[in-house]
Amino acid sequence: MIQRTKGEKVFNVFNYIILSLLALTTLYPFLYTFTISISTKLAADTVGLHILPEWGQITLDPYKLVFRNPEIWTAYGWTLFRTIVGTTLSVFVTCFYGYALSRPNLMWKKFFSTYLMITMIFHGGQIPTFLNIKALGLLNNVWVYILPLLISAYNTIVAKSFFVGIPESLNESAKIDGAGEFRTFFQIIMPLSKPVIMTLALWAAVNHWNSWFDSMLYMTSGKKIVVQQYIQRIVNENNTAAITDFGAGENAAQNLTSETVKSASIMVTVIPILCFYPFVQRFFIKGVTLGAVKG
Amino acid sequence: MKKSDTVVVSDAYLPKKKTFGKKLRANLPLLIMILPGFIALLLFNYKPIYGLLIAFQDYRPRAGVFGSEWADNFGMANFMELFSNYKFGPVLRNTFTISFLRIIFGWPAPIILALLLNEIRCGWFKKLAQTLTYIPHFFSWVIMAGIFKMLFSTVGPFNMIMGMFGLEPIPFFSDNTAFLVLIIATAVWQGLGSGAIVYIAALAGVDESLYEAAYIDGAGKMKQVFHITIPSIMGTITTVFIMSLSSVLNAGFDQLFNMYNYSVYEVADIIDTYSYTLLMRSEWELGTALGFFKSVVGLVFVLTSNWIIKKISKDEYGIL
Repeated sequence: MIQRTKGEKVFNVFNYIILSLLALTTLYPFLYTFTISISTKLAADTVGLHILPEWGQITLDPYKLVFRNPEIWTAYGWTLFRTIVGTTLSVFVTCFYGYALSRPNLMWKKFFSTYLMITMIFHGGQIPTFLNIKALGLLNNVWVYILPLLISAYNTIVAKSFFVGIPESLNESAKIDGAGEFRTFFQIIMPLSKPVIMTLALWAAVNHWNSWFDSMLYMTSGKKIVVQQYIQRIVNENNTAAITDFGAGENAAQNLTSETVKSASIMVTVIPILCFYPFVQRFFIKGVTLGAVKG
Repeated sequence: MKKSDTVVVSDAYLPKKKTFGKKLRANLPLLIMILPGFIALLLFNYKPIYGLLIAFQDYRPRAGVFGSEWADNFGMANFMELFSNYKFGPVLRNTFTISFLRIIFGWPAPIILALLLNEIRCGWFKKLAQTLTYIPHFFSWVIMAGIFKMLFSTVGPFNMIMGMFGLEPIPFFSDNTAFLVLIIATAVWQGLGSGAIVYIAALAGVDESLYEAAYIDGAGKMKQVFHITIPSIMGTITTVFIMSLSSVLNAGFDQLFNMYNYSVYEVADIIDTYSYTLLMRSEWELGTALGFFKSVVGLVFVLTSNWIIKKISKDEYGIL
């Protein structure tokens, strides 16, 4: 057992303190926003750290106002649509491509692999991409949320390097039993690949949940936007009028500030992630190690 | 007898040498698996690359990329217009400033965090610290910018603490320097936990007996870090560095677009935000030329840094 010197003990204490402070800085912004989101006008306007809500100054009015606007419900619907449908489809497309690349007998393998890798280092850029989407007739079409994100080179390589690690004998015995590539993939490979599939699914889901730029750019009519874009409009364009007008004239509005309404809107997308995060975090960490196996 | 023997052998050999048609048929299921991804890449990655030709054209939306005429000066007219544009210089300077600062601070920070976490012996604390520092990675800049605008406003909690020390409030969203500091600090903060994971994974693979041997030889903690820990994760460190250079012209569109405003345009307008402005103004050729320039410079940066690192490390490290 290695013993610690005095200097190391001092360092250790500092290490715990530094890491604790760092961890707190990641928690605090969310605590602050949550506190503001349930504060009355009086409490929210006071200058302070707002770590915990002031007792007696708690109100749910900001949330009531946010949810009273039907626009946020439709926006939420589109977010759920793209997260569920987009994630499912992209996991299949990515795993198919990765699995085919992992098979030793695939023809034109070098070509398919290079074809994939080039997309990682060279891009068309904003304007050609926009014109392309327009030419494909995907403006104001919800499939624009799904189709461009079907496959990414990095994820495909992560999937491929996982599939390569599965013993070839499993494939051979399946073939002897008369199973084709599809059957082998669905009945033998997929059940063995749960960790990588889970990781890819979570990456895709987080990406879909957080996307807003495509919604801003391609939904030119302003309809069918996702919830992140809805929030972007409120927060970024400093445009709480869009929702506060909705409740104007009602008594509830008196107890609101633009800060509390913004905070409540933000919390509406933050809370689902915070709820899921502790349960799925290990898959993200696993994914990074999977990706690091082979670059 | 001998002659027929050879015939038998060559017969047995023949079926292995499949014809193209047979090979194709045997490969059909795999090719079908590749097809959806292949088409998606073609439509959404390769078609825009083809669209880069607009940069050399006198683009007319009705005629499309295929039907448009080439631009003047051997197709270089758009680039000449771009390079002489009064916006080009400042935008390029801002992009480089922001992304270099991001790399200078954002590249070592996760390494330091990983080294600090590696020294923690208490299991649950390590896990908790790792979990919490990873959280910001999961939120879009829409959300983060919304929160930061409150936290760092002149009446926000950060400036309240400054006030407690008797300092003047800092106008983060209207002062150029303060805005830059805020942009870099929040970007580094956001990438800290997610960046550290790859190093933590690499550190977990370091042979513990190396440390024991070093300890017996009388090497202190510092010496152990510099002679064992860092060399053993050097491969990861260089790979991450090259990858970060590949995005040297990505100064962080999402972050800046959501955090900037007119009063800090002077330092905050980067290639991507300017490109977005051009898109909104339908200045297709100029915007595409800008995008083309960005892609090429990015590629040159990766290839050069990869080449240099390979030379220095004698082919040990590098990504390509």
